[in-house]
Amino acid sequence: MSNNLKYLTGPFSANNPVIVQILGICSALAVTVQLKPAIVMALSVTVVTAFSNLVMSLLRNGVPARIRIIVQLVVIAALVILVDQVLKAYVYEISKQLSVYVGLIITNCIVMGRVEAFALGNKPWASFLDGIGNGLGYGMILVIVAFFRELFGSGSLLGFRIIPESWYMAEGGFYSNCGLMLFPPMALIIVGCIIWVHRSRNKDLQEK
Amino acid sequence: MDKIKPTFSKGGKLGFLESTFDAFETFLFVPNTTTVKGAHIRDCNDMKRTMIVVVLALMPAFLFGCWWTGSQVGLEGFQAFFYGLVRVLPMVCVSYIVGLAIEFYFAQVRGHEVNEGFLVTGLLIPMIFPVSTPLWMVALSTAFAVIFGKEVFGGTGMNVFNPALLARAFAFFAYTPSMSGETVWYSNWTMMGAQVDGITGATALEQLASTGTMTYSPLDAFLGMIPGSFGETSTLAILIGGAILLFTGIASWRTMLSVFVGGLAMGYLFQALGVTEYPAWWHLIVGGFAFGAVFMATDPVTSAQTNKGKYIVGLMTGALAVLIRVVNPAYPEGMMLSILFMNALAPLVDYFVVEANISRRKKRVKLAK
Repeated sequence: MSNNLKYLTGPFSANNPVIVQILGICSALAVTVQLKPAIVMALSVTVVTAFSNLVMSLLRNGVPARIRIIVQLVVIAALVILVDQVLKAYVYEISKQLSVYVGLIITNCIVMGRVEAFALGNKPWASFLDGIGNGLGYGMILVIVAFFRELFGSGSLLGFRIIPESWYMAEGGFYSNCGLMLFPPMALIIVGCIIWVHRSRNKDLQEK
Repeated sequence: MDKIKPTFSKGGKLGFLESTFDAFETFLFVPNTTTVKGAHIRDCNDMKRTMIVVVLALMPAFLFGCWWTGSQVGLEGFQAFFYGLVRVLPMVCVSYIVGLAIEFYFAQVRGHEVNEGFLVTGLLIPMIFPVSTPLWMVALSTAFAVIFGKEVFGGTGMNVFNPALLARAFAFFAYTPSMSGETVWYSNWTMMGAQVDGITGATALEQLASTGTMTYSPLDAFLGMIPGSFGETSTLAILIGGAILLFTGIASWRTMLSVFVGGLAMGYLFQALGVTEYPAWWHLIVGGFAFGAVFMATDPVTSAQTNKGKYIVGLMTGALAVLIRVVNPAYPEGMMLSILFMNALAPLVDYFVVEANISRRKKRVKLAK
């Protein structure tokens, strides 16, 4: 039981896919301008990693090693299309904002990485938990980055205004949004800062 | 001084403040430590003195900036100078306080000595910002530049990019409306009882980019009577500073000269191709070109280290700056971006210069055989 728990919570910190394994950086920079798309993206990736892990773990003894990549791709692609359709049906606006990045979940290194590294060698339940854990670990970073980017880049959170209008220069105030936050480079710097804080708290992760 | 020293040394009561103490001691007094072992060549030019000379070289442009800021709002003579000084001093203070606080903190945590590089950076930052920039933007840009431009790379001497320019680049991309555009010189201060009118003026570069000519005469541009960032307008004052740097041998004349040559060559090329109508040498006197060439491109840390590399980096910096100015309508000022870009490329240029030298000497060895 404790082993299963480890599969679930390990990717939150010590084995985080984004800030320790440095996977999935591309989408972490692309969809984090606002909080809402980031959360949707996080959930989508979690669903895809969890179920692709589950399916591949169930199939793991029946798939010849030679063609396993192609089988994985079929499974992951099918799941991504499912997720894409669901998003289009229920949260159309956000799915438009995410545009190609939903489809690009297929190429997210985390998904295939977990299938290759974990699901092919473990039992279905453990793989499922591992998928959820990694998806959430990825989502956690996404949400943190998006929190800072939306707060300082647009002055709002989830679309609600946090920094009052009257503070802005156009209204005679002193404040102005940080335009750099809306650019991907700043997301990379924020991810860097998260890694910095994380490493300084977890000394065993520091490279020599 | 010597009496309180043990308190701050290792094991002393305030031992954790050793770096801070050391910084103030060496800054305010001549330290009494001498080299005890071996032969060392030493001259009076340690890093602190070097930095002081650069600060001195910045003074003509700084003083001119003070006066010009005041004249722009309609004041005259000493009053104008005083007005400019009052406007810019808070920026200088903010940039020094924020920057030094971060430097001291990092030095303390790492147990390093506090380095002096920030003495120059702290003065450069207000000089390349428009005077109307809100102080909190100056503070934020400074903090960004010092932490991400300098400390993450390991502090003074390890930085890839020029920290002062990085501060400006941050502000430029983060707060574009405050940093460029038509309202650079907006001010509505009440000063000495009189309401000083707010003025807005397009910078000369902006005019060049949008209309292909400028309403300021070249002489005004050379003397600095044009709108722009605080310290960058007067080419004359900058050249005086440049002369000080060259005379004392602190800045490299190779870099400085080749930046100007590169810019001029590129300007003539555009003129010959008919892309621009105005004379090529206008590029050298408007905007931050001269300031960048004299004070930024020559930064010994971020520029190339080899002599040949200095020529190459300098030429490319100047050429790129003019290229960006002319070809990219979104960035009327290309100097900042081109210097930062060449900062990133300088180690590569050095590498090739060194490699070329090695292979040339190898060939010589072969011939001798």
